[in-house]
Amino acid sequence: MSRNLKFMFRLYVAGDTQNSAQARTNLAVICRDHLPKQHEIEIVDVLKEPQRALTDGIFMTPTLVKVGPAPAQKIVGTLNQTETVLHALGLRMEIVAA
Amino acid sequence: MKAKKIPATNPSKALTGIEGFDEITHGGLPRGRTTLLEGGPGSGKTLFALRFLVHGAQDHDEPGIFVAFEETSSRIVANAETFNWNLAELQRKKLFFLDAQPTPDLIQSGNFDLGGMLAALGAQAKALGARRIVFDAIDIVLALLPDAAAKRREIYRLHEWLLASKLTGLITAKSGGEDASLGSQQPFGFMQFMVDCSVVLNHTVELGVSQRNLRVQKYRGSNFDENEAPFVIGKNGFDVAISRMLGRQDTKVTNERVTSGVARLDTMLGGGYYRGASVLITGFPGTAKTTLSGAFAEAACKRGERTMFVGFDSDGSEVIRNLSSVGIRLDRYAKSGLLSMISARSITGSAETLLVRIKALAREHQARCLVIDPISTLSKAGNELTAHGVAERLIDWSKSDGITLVCTSLLDEMDGQSKSGTPLQISTLADTWIHLNYLVQAGERNRGLSIVKSRGTAHSNQVRELILSDAGVTLADIYTAGGEVLMGALRWEKESAERVANEVAEVAGKLKLVTLDAEEAVLEVRAKSLQTELVAKQVEKTLLARTTASRQGALSRGRIRMQQLRGGDVPIAEAKRRKK
Repeated sequence: MSRNLKFMFRLYVAGDTQNSAQARTNLAVICRDHLPKQHEIEIVDVLKEPQRALTDGIFMTPTLVKVGPAPAQKIVGTLNQTETVLHALGLRMEIVAA
Repeated sequence: MKAKKIPATNPSKALTGIEGFDEITHGGLPRGRTTLLEGGPGSGKTLFALRFLVHGAQDHDEPGIFVAFEETSSRIVANAETFNWNLAELQRKKLFFLDAQPTPDLIQSGNFDLGGMLAALGAQAKALGARRIVFDAIDIVLALLPDAAAKRREIYRLHEWLLASKLTGLITAKSGGEDASLGSQQPFGFMQFMVDCSVVLNHTVELGVSQRNLRVQKYRGSNFDENEAPFVIGKNGFDVAISRMLGRQDTKVTNERVTSGVARLDTMLGGGYYRGASVLITGFPGTAKTTLSGAFAEAACKRGERTMFVGFDSDGSEVIRNLSSVGIRLDRYAKSGLLSMISARSITGSAETLLVRIKALAREHQARCLVIDPISTLSKAGNELTAHGVAERLIDWSKSDGITLVCTSLLDEMDGQSKSGTPLQISTLADTWIHLNYLVQAGERNRGLSIVKSRGTAHSNQVRELILSDAGVTLADIYTAGGEVLMGALRWEKESAERVANEVAEVAGKLKLVTLDAEEAVLEVRAKSLQTELVAKQVEKTLLARTTASRQGALSRGRIRMQQLRGGDVPIAEAKRRKK
């Protein structure tokens, strides 16, 4: 996995509820710490775009979807357990190796 | 079709289309409110929920949404395929399935909520015009939440959303079973208090027999039947057994009689069974209970009535073969489809299951006459208490559907002394009770038939002998001699003795007649000869008279001549006469 690979994230939130706000912050921190200039985040507010949640199969908010690079990955929750998140994104091993 | 049976549609309630349940709750689930459906694994929660949606979409123009947390929608649809609910058709317009199963590769980090899903559902409900919604297996998604507080919060969120959306909601959740840990139980307890109606499904095994029960635990603002009601998952999906409700109209009774299939028995009953009556035939093994009920079935088929024969002891084809040996031919009716032979040996389950299956089959067959042979099997399936209830409902149902029911019941040889009743106590419910008995006498076992009771008909009090032959079933008078009842060979002996005596008397009579004839002939001949003799005598007498007269004439003439010759005087009178 090249260091120049761009991580595409989509974060589904439900307005500004506590969980959603937390997830936004946590994601921003993770990206800043581990993927500086290597990420792109799209925020989808399911309260504003409910049909999108339906078609994308998002039922729990917040949900983070790693759109790219493959494989696609879904993480549900506020993302407050950084280790779990990093592991799921396949970043943990790489960082250890680095 | 079944919805029409329910008395009135209550505007504050949403009918579920589940037979029995709508009657227990007097009209279904609370409209625009939330109901919790709890039950162990495999208790029928999903099916109940799906039926509720399908009924709304199909019969009440109330589209619905099914949120599947556990099974995928395709599997649910496939599983429901057997029920003829036409889900594929409904899915296009009126039924929406949302697959909300957490994927196995789902990673969870931190707290989350159902806000996203509810927002999505809100949009979908609006688009569909949905009126009903089901959240199936809410426990699955709740289990993902980290703590009890989060669970409670999400339940609360769901409830709020349901209230705001004005949808009639049904939430199903597992109870007991696998994750009965305190932590996962607590939120359901909370849910119990929150919802307006709570229904518990129960699946127990009693003496190795599965028994499903349903109980309405609470229903805000409505009265309901609080007792556990047995139910069965059958062909229609979901069938809740209920006893006859108060206020249900009595069924019409009729004076029409139907034949029992045995002419003499009809005579004994004063014309046969009543149409729609329930007839009980009790007896020990081998007393021809099946034969008697078979005769009834054959007679019904002969009239062209659709008939169903439910046999617990032997297969349908066996029953047909066995009955054909006594001249009861059911094969052609079975072939033509008029008669439906059901082998209930293959039906397993509780007495309740049996009843529901029998009911469904009878409805399907549109049976007017029904034979259950023997009904005592019911008491073997599960406990006797429920079996009694089942027997009661069976009679109740057959009456309300106008079906003439003949059931046989086995009496054990052991408690044969007190034939006070059958284990099911069905004898008190039955309209006509025919008892078959053995009489062992002079090295023979003969069948006796008597009518214990027959409501509304004058009936014979006599015991008759039941005779089976290839020509059919007949009853014969029994002989009582010296205070003893004679049957079988003894009766035959008595009969033939009488016959011989009769013949002797007849011959003697004939002989006497001949003798008399002969005597008569003799007398007649004698009479004739006497007559002839008489005539001869008369002729002789006349002749004699004539000769006497002529002789006297000759004498007197001679005397006169002589007087004249002698010149004697002739008396004046005589002279005058002579002159003339």
